Amino acid sequence: MTPAIEAVELSRSFVQGASAFAPPRRVVAVDEVSLSVAPGRALGIVGESGCGKTTMARIMLGLLPPTAGTVRIDGRSLATMDRRERARLIQPVFQDPMSSLNPRRRIRDIVELPLIAAGRVPRRERRERVMAMLERVGLSSATAVRYPAQLSGGQRQRVAIARALVIEPHILICDEPTSALDVSVQAQILNLLAELRATFNLTLVFISHNLAVVEHIADEVAVMYLGRIVEHATADAVFGTPQHPYTRALLASVLTPEPGLGIPDVPLGEGYPDPANIPRGCRFHPRCPIAIPRCRTEPPARAAVECHLASA
Amino acid sequence: MTAVLEIEDLSVNFGTLAAVRGISLTVQRGETHCLVGESGCGKSVSALSVMGLLPRDARADAARIMFADTDLFRLSERRLARLRGDRMAMIFQEPMTSLNPAYTIGSQMTEVLRRHRGTSRGEAATRAAAMLERVGVSAPEMRLGQFPHQLSGGLRQRVMIAMALLCEPELLIADEPTTALDVTVQAQILRLLARLQRELGLAVLLITHDLGIVARTAHRVSVMYAGEIVEQATVAELFAAPTHPYTRGLLASIPVPRKVRRGERLGSIPGVVPAIDRTFVGCAFRDRCARATDSCAALVPLREMSDEHHYRCRLDPAWSEPA
Repeated sequence: MTPAIEAVELSRSFVQGASAFAPPRRVVAVDEVSLSVAPGRALGIVGESGCGKTTMARIMLGLLPPTAGTVRIDGRSLATMDRRERARLIQPVFQDPMSSLNPRRRIRDIVELPLIAAGRVPRRERRERVMAMLERVGLSSATAVRYPAQLSGGQRQRVAIARALVIEPHILICDEPTSALDVSVQAQILNLLAELRATFNLTLVFISHNLAVVEHIADEVAVMYLGRIVEHATADAVFGTPQHPYTRALLASVLTPEPGLGIPDVPLGEGYPDPANIPRGCRFHPRCPIAIPRCRTEPPARAAVECHLASA
Repeated sequence: MTAVLEIEDLSVNFGTLAAVRGISLTVQRGETHCLVGESGCGKSVSALSVMGLLPRDARADAARIMFADTDLFRLSERRLARLRGDRMAMIFQEPMTSLNPAYTIGSQMTEVLRRHRGTSRGEAATRAAAMLERVGVSAPEMRLGQFPHQLSGGLRQRVMIAMALLCEPELLIADEPTTALDVTVQAQILRLLARLQRELGLAVLLITHDLGIVARTAHRVSVMYAGEIVEQATVAELFAAPTHPYTRGLLASIPVPRKVRRGERLGSIPGVVPAIDRTFVGCAFRDRCARATDSCAALVPLREMSDEHHYRCRLDPAWSEPA
């Protein structure tokens, strides 16, 4: 089966910090990453800040050209599509709806915009589809004439979801969609996404630093570290029998709401490494509790688990 | 047990808005008391009241805020300033709110000791380096010469903790100390705080929105909603027998790995937190509560499950969810 979305050897680097005081630094945010998601599946991408997960999202949305590599949607290269075609297939939901919704537009106009951009939908039908979609995401018709600032954070995220789904895309890319929300509201949004996913048969790419949320929503999980996916497997495998030492450390750090278990001892070094200065050998070795000499010199082979010891 | 902090009937208003509405809580020596709630519930404002750091337009009132034998609420600003950073200290979510970007770590840390303890410059530097080492900062002497922007988020948080603990305070107020950090760093920082608490017998008032942090760090918990403490209990009691509908709703809304099945609906609380006016009476949760009746608009009693577990709701402890 053709994957709904496929990334082939994607790379992206940035040059930053060129100023009178600092020489420019080349930061490799995404480093030859390949992945694919089958239609209707939900892929979770997890990792710490700076691991490149948001850059991945932006490349897959066509918002940022990759330095190298290709994104394919339904088997066709994203680079060959124009904006309209892309928008009909793939849509985003971002973390902070306040900064992704135009503050000067009414909610109904915000949600209508993708339909206008797509063209060929008559005005009357557009209005109907907007109102139906607002109702579908749990917003009253009174909300339609309001402005983003008049809504709560949870309502704004519903608007962002309505806007993304109004042209019925195949793929939804959610980048930390609930991170700015309180837990009770987060639950509302997660439930809504699960319902909509079933209704519209969506393929979901769900990026989050919150592992419990990813475990709840994803069928498969990719763990990113310093620009590479170091482990990619089904959610059951990643959460049940994690292979990569980084995945294990990440899971061990999660504080589940279970009293009496205390605070886990995470055997990692103190800081996240500098993406402008990726360690030689295995990029995780300076923080790895089980590293062997080979890890310092030789990068692990490309595999579902990128680790000398896990694959041995 | 010795109470280090006793807040009794604290209220804070901003104009006509009530941010904190008559909360009472106690933090014992060597104990962590978690104040948990969602954004805007008044947890940070409560903490700032204790430290005397409320913004100018806030109006606070309290029966008393006892810190050991001193009523902080009736203390002059000058005497309060002498306690702050010395016998009681506070750390924040964003370390840059308490670190000055224009000064080195060393000059900021030594100033604390020189000001509160009159320590000499050389002695202060030695003690600052020792404290940095104690909180797990590598190469402490070198760090003293660095500026805050040269450190990672986790390191800055460690520096802020070191600075707060320099004078060996009896009380530490930590407001979302790990919210801006990655999970691996969060676990490291919380472990560090727990170790320092044991070593120093610190009383900690920890403010958080994260029930995972509450479960793993708290001895005692106060759940805040719309300016009120709606439930207070030991951590074991709170998670084993949550009683206030808000507490239950909150606990049901977090996905718990291996407990909530994938794709299963999470419990959620409908609606949003209301803005509460100074003249508001009754239960602030009633508009979002499936069990609310007309009587919830009147004054709600504080009910006791045990000496250490109370909640503010008309329902009796054995109530169950509607099927």
